Amino acid sequence: MSRLELRHMRKAFGGLEVLADISLRVDAGEFVSILGPSGAGKSTLFQLLTGAEHGEGEMFFDGAPLDDHGRHFAFMPQRDALMPWRRILDNTTLGLEVQGVGRKEARTRVAPLFAEFGLAGFERHFPAQLSGGMRQRAALLRTVVQERDMLLLDEPFGALDALTRAAMQRWLEQMWRHHRWTAMLITHDVREAVFLSDRIYVLSARPAHVVREIKVPLPRPRDPTSTATRQAGALEAEILDILLNLQPSKGHDHD
Amino acid sequence: MVSSSFNPRQLAGFFAQAAPAVITIGLVLVAWELYANHSGVKPTVLPAPSRVFEQAMLNRDALLDNAIPTMRATLIGFACSLSAAFALSMLVDFFQPLRRALFPVFIVSQTLPLVAIAPLVVLWFGFGLTPKIMLVALVTFFPMLVALVQGYEATEVEIGQMLRAMGAGRWRVFMLARLPSALPYFFAGLKISITYAVVGAIFAEYAGAAKGLGIYMLNAKNNFRPDLVLAAVGVSAALTLVLFGLTALLQRLAMPWEQAAGRQAAGKGPQA
Ligand SMILES: Nc1ncnc2c1ncn2[C@@H]1O[C@H](COP(=O)(O)OP(=O)(O)OP(=O)(O)O)[C@@H](O)[C@H]1O
Ligand SMILES: [Mg+2]
Repeated sequence: MSRLELRHMRKAFGGLEVLADISLRVDAGEFVSILGPSGAGKSTLFQLLTGAEHGEGEMFFDGAPLDDHGRHFAFMPQRDALMPWRRILDNTTLGLEVQGVGRKEARTRVAPLFAEFGLAGFERHFPAQLSGGMRQRAALLRTVVQERDMLLLDEPFGALDALTRAAMQRWLEQMWRHHRWTAMLITHDVREAVFLSDRIYVLSARPAHVVREIKVPLPRPRDPTSTATRQAGALEAEILDILLNLQPSKGHDHD
Repeated sequence: MVSSSFNPRQLAGFFAQAAPAVITIGLVLVAWELYANHSGVKPTVLPAPSRVFEQAMLNRDALLDNAIPTMRATLIGFACSLSAAFALSMLVDFFQPLRRALFPVFIVSQTLPLVAIAPLVVLWFGFGLTPKIMLVALVTFFPMLVALVQGYEATEVEIGQMLRAMGAGRWRVFMLARLPSALPYFFAGLKISITYAVVGAIFAEYAGAAKGLGIYMLNAKNNFRPDLVLAAVGVSAALTLVLFGLTALLQRLAMPWEQAAGRQAAGKGPQA
């Protein structure tokens, strides 16, 4: 049984058809990426999962229809959404606070993770005092400490420079191996998707449907310097090819 | 790590910032002094600043005596309008249709000419504190309401979505995100309104009062004492500046992250 399963999800905003037909699944402990052109409706998909928007179709979590959205997902939005007025420590405890955990208890739960997230010594800083990479790690820390069943990461590294981004991808792969979160990642970055995922769904342009499901057979740990990278290169080229050959969708092959 | 708001370097910075304004005012006073002394204009028409200052000193008890009711009306009126604006801003934020129903009324309230309204309010409510409070509230309420409502709207959409995904209800979202997001707007509105507030109080007193800077000015004018009118103007300007300064101070205390961001921009923050 899959952890998360979507069957024929559709969503339109007024007359704008955004998601045409999305069916996908994520197994427990699996890292799945959603790859697709800008404006395809990737973030919208997460909004359906978190309950911010409602669409047609069926969603199942551990085999049961998804109703109480808040319970299953820890969501990291496309921008880091750190609160400028809260210190980093208090930003990372936000989810726990909302869950009703006391402030003190929440802090003691979060504090030990700061080192692992490369944020030690910055607990009392404000977000504006951190670099882009550190902000993303803080946002990720805020997401994972919620200890939900599944992580939803919307382009966590989209705003970073290439170097920081590559470093963050390696770091996240390491962290994932260690924690084995069930995770769904949205990205436009083919290399990122291949490097991090067990499976990839490629979406068409709007209105989005699943064009291809791709297994990533690369062994873990994923070492960017290993021989397996050559295989990764071929896979990346193949996916890029699929993306580039997507018709500027006129709503074809869905009825 | 958390530096106090008053270290010596910041104080020096404050004086460096204030210097141009102080120099400008000084130059104007000097020019005024020279003109008043050498152009042959009578002191009963245009008194020199030195004379205004001298008379202010001589009459300082009377000025102080009249400044206190003005200050009281300003602060009480402002407190009233602030509480009302805050309560209403929340209502409007939670029930959007209210906004369309109420805003036109408030906008009209801002177009009422104070000159016409002040005597009427005094006529209705007498020479006491009440009409002053009402007028101060009238001129400051709407700017504060707009500032707050705009501030709530300025909340980052993603923060709202994330809080909802965490399971926060509307009230939690308001307290955790919308209210703090409104703080910069709140203080911007506060700085403007506090200056209106003093003017509003003086206007109300001008229309009739037992005591206050406004009525003091009116009496001085009727007694052909422009020096005392100007002395009272100086006192009201000083009051306004003090209130403005207090607001700025309050803002620093309430929004420490702004300064943290400023220090970062100045290249003194951590690099990583
Ligand atoms: N609340 C909304 N109301 C109306 N239209 C919306 C809303 N949210 C999204 N859309 C529209 O839906 C489409 C898909 O948006 P979405 O944010 O899901 O794209 P995306 O795939 O995440 O793009 P990107 O990769 O640039 O983040 C866009 O055309 C957008 O304008
Ligand atoms: Mg998006």
